[in-house]
Amino acid sequence: MILIVAEHAGGKLAKSTLEMVTAARGSGREGPVTLLVLGQGVTGVAKEAAAVADQVLVADLPALAIYNAEVWAAAATQIAREGEAHTVLIGGSRSGREYAPRVAVKLDAPYLEDVIGLSAQGDALRAQRYTFLARVTESVEASGPMIVVTVKPGAFAPAAPAAQPGEEYDVDLDLPAPRVEVTGRSVEKSSRVALAEADVIVTGGRGVGSPENFATYVEGLADAIGAGVGATRAVVDAGWRPYAEQVGQTGKTVQPQAYIALGVSGAVQHLSGMGKSRNIVAINKDAEAPIFKVADYGIVGDVNQIVPALIEAAKK
Amino acid sequence: MKILTLVRQVPDAEARIKIQGQAVDLDGTTVVIDGMDEYGVEEALRLREAGADVEEIVALAVGPKRNEDALRTALAMGVDRAIHVETDEKYDAVALSRIVAQVAQAEGASLVLVGGQEADWDSQALGAASAERLGWPQLTWTNELKVEGDTLTGRHDVDDGNESFRATLPAVVTTQQGLNDPRYPTLPNIMKAKKKELRKDDPATYGVTPTVKVVGAEIQTRARRNTMIDGKDPQAAAQHLLELLRNEAKVIA
Repeated sequence: MILIVAEHAGGKLAKSTLEMVTAARGSGREGPVTLLVLGQGVTGVAKEAAAVADQVLVADLPALAIYNAEVWAAAATQIAREGEAHTVLIGGSRSGREYAPRVAVKLDAPYLEDVIGLSAQGDALRAQRYTFLARVTESVEASGPMIVVTVKPGAFAPAAPAAQPGEEYDVDLDLPAPRVEVTGRSVEKSSRVALAEADVIVTGGRGVGSPENFATYVEGLADAIGAGVGATRAVVDAGWRPYAEQVGQTGKTVQPQAYIALGVSGAVQHLSGMGKSRNIVAINKDAEAPIFKVADYGIVGDVNQIVPALIEAAKK
Repeated sequence: MKILTLVRQVPDAEARIKIQGQAVDLDGTTVVIDGMDEYGVEEALRLREAGADVEEIVALAVGPKRNEDALRTALAMGVDRAIHVETDEKYDAVALSRIVAQVAQAEGASLVLVGGQEADWDSQALGAASAERLGWPQLTWTNELKVEGDTLTGRHDVDDGNESFRATLPAVVTTQQGLNDPRYPTLPNIMKAKKKELRKDDPATYGVTPTVKVVGAEIQTRARRNTMIDGKDPQAAAQHLLELLRNEAKVIA
């Protein structure tokens, strides 16, 4: 079987889970597509999962109330072994890429990380992935009785519900006690659409000028067109914006339909996080900014003058 | 406590990447110590300077001969000695973690510092895979770290924000931007570093084979429209851009 560990948040199945179902079904690997739902109070998530999978395994346990890498790795490993999975798919989120390597080591399986393409080649599994700060696409191959894969968010289309919902089964797990104690949590909540889920993202760089300008222009435009908000590393380092908004090598990788970069110069590390966006729009007063080299639409001009006009026009 | 800190050598972010045959060819490319690993080296030094009971700091590199440069940089920054497992073999993170774990055990390290994401393989797996092999907990994407006795506290980034944590050594910590500002080696320290031990290990002694094979590589650039709009008249430019986004790209309503 192909085992997918479902990603979910706030009682809802994440888009990344639907994308993993597409990756699994298109991979040419045989067997039922099984979603494993880990958490506490996840009945609703399991129902959503059943709509797209052949079967759903639900571990609704107090020990799974809070994510922990060692606990999640133990859970996925047990189910993979008991269910004799030959392929284990895990989301390419920060947490997914944190516990998936532990699963691979526990299963003594090769690990294909953050893949954007997946296909069976006889007994082997071939994957495509970005390397060298997303400047290169490499094809990699692994074989073995079990292979662990993390799937890059946004790389596959979300699966549509199947004609027949999959069966749900409750599973029990023998889980280790977490050894890392969480002593505080700061969740960066935003009323806007999350970066990983956004079709359109408006990102601000240092060229926006100030935190106040960021709020007025970047957030203003995002709100006018229903987009998510991103920031460059320079802006986050300067303390203008929270880390959760950072796009780039050390932040999030995004692949929206449109990426609107305001006052962003386009350093390689930033391009590695957004360079695969379907359409890139750049507004920057520096005509030499590298961002223009990758832009579909560019305006050389002052963000402070062009963006208010843009917000005004978008509202009409 | 002994600290093991990993250093890798990667192409400079601005360096041109070329493909030879079916693989990335780094011959002639400017390579540098991976920035993410540099934060780890710096953090090890800072933990000692902040008064943690650090007996020794050892830097480890696995890779071709040129990795000596990265190790010399780490030595010049202040680590005590270095181990180089010299090999031209390309190990994926899960395979490489076998070497890391064996060295950590042989050295009696109780804290392993690894960069959060490798700038060549774009992989985040080395820290977690090493932790699993050692049977240790891990803290990834750490941006604040303190060691008191064998208690590790700090803060790290998670999917939707950040968390403060407490754990007991031994542990693996992955490092990143924001944790510290790595120091530049001074000339006297560069001179001193030449006398520090840089041990060469034979990769065969670790009995590791790669588990993932690279079968192709392509530099892919998406063809971009590169439509430039005159920005002299902000109103007209804004209107024109919106029309293009609505009617040509069809990305906004």
